[in-house]
Amino acid sequence: MGRHVVLIEDEPNIIEAIRFLLTREGWTVDAHSDGSDAVEVIKAANPDLVILDLMLPGKSGMEIIKDVREEENLRNLPVLMLTARGQARDRDMAEKAGVSRFMTKPFSNTEVLAAVRDLHAQANQE
Amino acid sequence: MARETLTGSRIRERRLFLELRQAALARQVNISASYLNLIEHNRRRIGGKLLVDIAKALGVEPSMLTEGAEVALIAALREAAADSGKPVAELDHADEFAGRFPGWAEVLAGEHRRVASLERTVQVLSDRLTHDPHLAASLHEVLSTAAAIRSTASILAETGELEQEWRDRFHRNLNEDSRRLAESSKSLVSFLDQSSTGSERRGVPQEEVEAFFTAHDYHFASLEQGDVSPEELVASAPELQSDAARSTALAALNQYREDAEKIPLAEIAQAVTNGVGPANLAVLFRSDLPQLLRRLAALPEDVLGQASGLVICDASGAVLFRKPIAGFALPRFGASCPLWPLYAALARPQVPVRRQVVQHGRNAAVFECLAIAWPQTPPEFDSDPVYRTMMLILPVAETQAESLAVGSSCRVCMARDCVARREPSILDEEF
Repeated sequence: MGRHVVLIEDEPNIIEAIRFLLTREGWTVDAHSDGSDAVEVIKAANPDLVILDLMLPGKSGMEIIKDVREEENLRNLPVLMLTARGQARDRDMAEKAGVSRFMTKPFSNTEVLAAVRDLHAQANQE
Repeated sequence: MARETLTGSRIRERRLFLELRQAALARQVNISASYLNLIEHNRRRIGGKLLVDIAKALGVEPSMLTEGAEVALIAALREAAADSGKPVAELDHADEFAGRFPGWAEVLAGEHRRVASLERTVQVLSDRLTHDPHLAASLHEVLSTAAAIRSTASILAETGELEQEWRDRFHRNLNEDSRRLAESSKSLVSFLDQSSTGSERRGVPQEEVEAFFTAHDYHFASLEQGDVSPEELVASAPELQSDAARSTALAALNQYREDAEKIPLAEIAQAVTNGVGPANLAVLFRSDLPQLLRRLAALPEDVLGQASGLVICDASGAVLFRKPIAGFALPRFGASCPLWPLYAALARPQVPVRRQVVQHGRNAAVFECLAIAWPQTPPEFDSDPVYRTMMLILPVAETQAESLAVGSSCRVCMARDCVARREPSILDEEF
């Protein structure tokens, strides 16, 4: 069965790069650029993993993760947050809000792929 | 110990500086070494010919030994002790410390000056990074573009057999992103260049309005004399770059004109000279207190007789207007110290609040704050009033009562165990 990731990111060329990388690893990538209906998109897609940008139009990644964690069936969904804000305070806030992994921009492809593999493996073990 | 009794300490300090032995100096001035020892430890008073002889032997004016050069140094030490926020048991011995160890005292005073300067820098930067939407958006744009370039370049470099279609697409993306990165970096640098001096910074409407008012020293004589209209002033203001800033400035100038018509400059100048207090001034001009306080803040310093600061907030605490005053830090946007009388006034609308305050870590300058909250809208049944609050800030030359200690904003406030603290101070975390 194919693995499915929802990518919420407003930077089209980051979407393109991540889509390329993950597709080659066997993932199906659904990308979405607007924060305001991101929770509905995630709920409808019921993916194996979410990659979420912090600063998004419509609704911030922090608000989205809080709403996601309030959904009973999304509580354990692995979420990798990408952000340009890398201060310890931001990381701490993101982790408290329920983010599974936090990665600062600009990231390397190797880091993203490793994080996606780890998160997926962990989710399958639980 | 009184300063004049420290002559001995200064003699000792000077002698040691010259690497002169006690016995040698005693010989030169025809006294015993043991007597000189008593003098140097401030156990014998010294004056007259002996003082003149010792000063001559040490190559200084006698007054340098009796007066010392440390008046400013002692003041700096007391300031450092006051700003430390801790009770300093030896505060009364600052004179003695400066007299006996002038080098160390100078180091301590210098470090205190340096800390104060760093705190001001941190405050400005922290305020900007936290609250400046333009800066945050610019940095996000730069980092996101850099992320796209890094990721795309890495795919091109590391993927062995990449289909031509993907290769072309990634090359195109790289080209687009590198151009965007160049533009956004240039825009960011230009923004930072523009803001290298805090008072000239632009970026959000409120700052443009503030720059406009600052350029006029918060007083518009031509508007008061009817020579120009608010619209003309706004149209000719190079500081007002955005529509939002022009609209905010126009509203403020219309209010200003209304205040000036109600309370004419010549008349209030006369009343202020006669020492009439704010409440009586309001009665005299048949104005309300908010209008009177606004008017006082708009008076030139030579008319009011002193500098003044003003801050106006809505009921959420968001700052709508600010006129800064030296020594009292006003955060650029919301998130001020909740202990300010400005907010106490909100709890009791229409009741004037007067408090003498001092800000933590601000060189202990004392200010009198006159605050009042008032309904912005006329009273209506079935509708809650919308309040605003304002605070006029006036420096106090002589303090008569204990002052209320307040901060600027929690992030840069060093007050410990503060009941009003919202978040930890970065000064605590990182310094």
